[in-house]
Amino acid sequence: MANPALFGRRRSPLQDHDAALVRGAVAGPRGVTLKEIPHLAQITLRGDADDADFIGAVRAALGFELPLAANTVAVSGDVSALWLGPDEWLVVGAPDSETDLSIRLNGTLKGQHVLVVDVTANRTVLELSGPSGRGVLEKACGLDLRPRAFKPGQCAQTNLARTVGILELGQSGAWRIYVRNSFALYLADWLLDAMAEYAIDAAL
Amino acid sequence: MLLIPCPWCGERDETEFRYGGQAHVARPLDPNATGDAAWAEYLFMRDNPKGWFRERWNHAAGCRRWFNMVRHTITHEIASVYKPGDPKPELPE
Repeated sequence: MANPALFGRRRSPLQDHDAALVRGAVAGPRGVTLKEIPHLAQITLRGDADDADFIGAVRAALGFELPLAANTVAVSGDVSALWLGPDEWLVVGAPDSETDLSIRLNGTLKGQHVLVVDVTANRTVLELSGPSGRGVLEKACGLDLRPRAFKPGQCAQTNLARTVGILELGQSGAWRIYVRNSFALYLADWLLDAMAEYAIDAAL
Repeated sequence: MLLIPCPWCGERDETEFRYGGQAHVARPLDPNATGDAAWAEYLFMRDNPKGWFRERWNHAAGCRRWFNMVRHTITHEIASVYKPGDPKPELPE
């Protein structure tokens, strides 16, 4: 479990990349912006979705129902749960809340055959927003991201520009991309390169 | 490229998957009582049909779950996918 005393000292993969992210932002009707949301708490949760005791204990810990439909997200306040598999979820919370989330889940799930692991240090989160966000992402990803196929509140694990990540479409229309820390700089630079064409259009 | 219908995630590109070979190859219940010939049969010998084939796939870049698929090895047509433990479907004509 993370040591809260060290929270202030940790580094995010893109914390020294601010200048490039700001420079790459495109304004206007075809605008697109990329930023990092660092240090979001992330907990891998595994258990039997058909077991009412498991579902009930998670509801008691989180205050909302786990999403049981494939590739969907349940959100309540600043905590969300992403479906990753028929018996696996990613619980995401505000920065520095991973210890609290682990304690709550381990508390209500005590004695059950489940898995609760803090994976906060595994991935960072990129947020792609703006009218051209989907267009940029479509260059990196083979999934059908059009609104009729990929709706807010959905997520997907897939290949993204030769790496793998988790895509989540928020209710605001912004895309969140959960990517391994070690691939984050590569993926950010790849997306910034993909965003450049919209800046040319904006300048014309 | 094949468009493979994962039983959980739906249709995804073939590049998200890993191939797992022939499905329904049962491990001998008591390896110590299994002779060399029978063990080699289990370990190495696989069907190699021209036609319909039940095979295992793993959705490696997606939900990371194993499933079974009935695919035609010449036309690549996919007849059905089913979860591990589901009854073995009949092969199409």
